[in-house]
Amino acid sequence: MARVVVDVMLKPEILDPQGQAVQRALPRLGFAGIADVRQGKRFELELEGPVDDAALARIREAAETFLANTVIEDFTVRVEGEAK
Amino acid sequence: MTARVGVVTFPGSLDDRDAQRAVRLAGAEPVALWHRDKDLHQVDAVVLPGGFSYGDYLRCGAISRFSPVMDTIIEQARQGMPVLGICNGFQVLCESHLLPGALTRNDSLHFVCRDQKLRIENADTAWTSDYASGQEIVVPLKNGEGRFVADEHVLDELEAEGRVVARYLDVNPNGSYRDIAGITNAAGNVVGLMPHPEHAVEPLTGPTTEGLGFFTSVLKQLVNA
Repeated sequence: MARVVVDVMLKPEILDPQGQAVQRALPRLGFAGIADVRQGKRFELELEGPVDDAALARIREAAETFLANTVIEDFTVRVEGEAK
Repeated sequence: MTARVGVVTFPGSLDDRDAQRAVRLAGAEPVALWHRDKDLHQVDAVVLPGGFSYGDYLRCGAISRFSPVMDTIIEQARQGMPVLGICNGFQVLCESHLLPGALTRNDSLHFVCRDQKLRIENADTAWTSDYASGQEIVVPLKNGEGRFVADEHVLDELEAEGRVVARYLDVNPNGSYRDIAGITNAAGNVVGLMPHPEHAVEPLTGPTTEGLGFFTSVLKQLVNA
């Protein structure tokens, strides 16, 4: 089966309080030098059939209408190759 | 004839019973609507209640927005049927694109539960005509993801067209842009509100009874229609 990964991130102009909380916690835990953290979502979609243009177009449609809210989020779609 | 106001129950809705109660106290007949039933059972208006539909999975309201009942509600709302979305219901309306913008995690990261002062900014919508423009009310507010965001030109448009229905006073509890607590569509029949007027309809259980006006407003609108 083929795997397609959809990454969803808040748009840069949208405040990410969760990412900020993580960023503030890092130095307390001894992880210095991290200037900024943004938190997103990763969806791993296992396809039943081949990853062709039609399948990818459908996945982009799913990402656009459902997996991401494009009012506040951007998404990327990529093929991760054959899953084991 | 008594106006019939539907209240949708999604899996995870919490405030559907309180919304039905508010509808009854306002003098209308509450009608329970089920998320899997496309049929609106001849209701004249719909309330989308608060809660955590579908466990807030993916994004608040994102899965509910695709439930069968919403297909009919979206279609009817575009034709002018009054729809009020409270809290999770507001999130569903934004996810449905019946209202612009989105509701995101509170800037404090804390769930906030308080009696909240609001100013009614627009008393001309289907759900606010029983208030006076500028009237201040106190109703409960309880949310974890109530921070209204939209890009600058959408915010400017909302302000210019008078589509900000209510604004937070004294405290902005969640970091909403421009203190926005509620908005309406251009036609004024669809209103989304983060605070909970349905919890402020009786002296025994609410901080005030100042939330009842949302429900009496729609009743008046339906009777006059």
